[in-house]
Amino acid sequence: MSDHVIEIKHLSRRFRRTTALDDVSLEVPAGIVMGLVGGNGAGKTTLIKHLLGLLKAKSGSVRVFGLDPVRDPVGVLGRIGYLSEDRDLPQWMRVDELLNFTQAYFPNWDPAYAAELRETFDLDPKQRIKSLSRGQTARLGLLTALAHRPPLLVLDEPSSGLDAVVRRDILAAIIRTVADEGRTVLFSSHLLDEVERVADRVAMLHNGQLVLSDQLQTVLDSHSRLTLRFAEPSQTKPTLPGALSCDGSGQEWTVICNGQIDELRAAATEQGAEVVEHAKPSLDEVFVARIHDGGSRSIDADQEVNP
Amino acid sequence: MQIHISPNDGVPIYQQIVNQVKYLTASGRLAAGEQLPPVRKLAEQILVNPNTVARAYRELESAGILTTRRGAGVFVADGVSPLSRREQNRILNERLDQLLAEARQMDVDVETLVKLLRQRDARMGNGE
Repeated sequence: MSDHVIEIKHLSRRFRRTTALDDVSLEVPAGIVMGLVGGNGAGKTTLIKHLLGLLKAKSGSVRVFGLDPVRDPVGVLGRIGYLSEDRDLPQWMRVDELLNFTQAYFPNWDPAYAAELRETFDLDPKQRIKSLSRGQTARLGLLTALAHRPPLLVLDEPSSGLDAVVRRDILAAIIRTVADEGRTVLFSSHLLDEVERVADRVAMLHNGQLVLSDQLQTVLDSHSRLTLRFAEPSQTKPTLPGALSCDGSGQEWTVICNGQIDELRAAATEQGAEVVEHAKPSLDEVFVARIHDGGSRSIDADQEVNP
Repeated sequence: MQIHISPNDGVPIYQQIVNQVKYLTASGRLAAGEQLPPVRKLAEQILVNPNTVARAYRELESAGILTTRRGAGVFVADGVSPLSRREQNRILNERLDQLLAEARQMDVDVETLVKLLRQRDARMGNGE
């Protein structure tokens, strides 16, 4: 067996006329935090559904712990802790009923750890799930994902719509999971500052294609942000070699590039500009630069990924 | 030990940790021989990847600011490291540059600025 917890090879998926995933290959080694980023409808949720066996690979292959999630759901799902974006818990159950119910599915369920998390998250065992606040529902979902100490934790947009306190709990859970020897986390997020904080590697999806997959530090180190000051104000964006994006107005324009600094500097000098600032961009800036044509695809694609 | 991480400011997170630990040791808020939290604990406290904290600790160790005692943990190195003075200067220069930039913007010359600095220093000396 390979030492990759997740192995996706040439995975493609269409929903009617929408391409949700286009020839995606991705490997996730054990013991790391993988941040999956991309705009709405980029294909993040579709990819995660393939890992859980909720969608069958129509072309390409998906292996989790070396197993096919569709053919061996018990072998795969028993080792995954999963928190979905909509945190769909049975509304009619009480907190303690849900915990008993979930425990039955996981032989490795750790009742002491579950009780400890319930205390920490201040969840009342007798309360009905439908009367829980959004934050408490998220904490309960997180508890059920964590309490069987899964070797792989999968979180789909875990922070979406939550306040800063609950988001802290989720980030702390990710860190604790990976700090335990050998455990692995895959989480998707559009909050790039969170990804920058906790991820070892980052995979960027755009229109169903994997546009970037590397060590987070490598991604950050290999990109630069240059601020150029031109002798004359310009109404239109300057054209520069190697620029992923160019923003600004008048005499000052900011360029994000991936390597090729010397070429870019030379071109800038030729066009009568000087480099007034040279800094490292944040992951957010890299993302926006890479996905600057992102408005072309409608958010409706998000709904279409539901089978 | 208080470390504050601000994402999106262009300084890599491990570098922010390195800078702040250097600042804390240079300013005496971390004394020689004082123990630092273990990697995992600091990672949970400031909510960053444990590998990032480990990398910062490694850099601080090779800069002579921290030492690892096997089985005991990570400590501030004994004796004033030769880097501390340089580090103090670096921190002060950063602030001075900001101050000078603002003064120039307001058309305040360096002599006036030095005079103001002396006044403030005298007031601080009086315990105000």
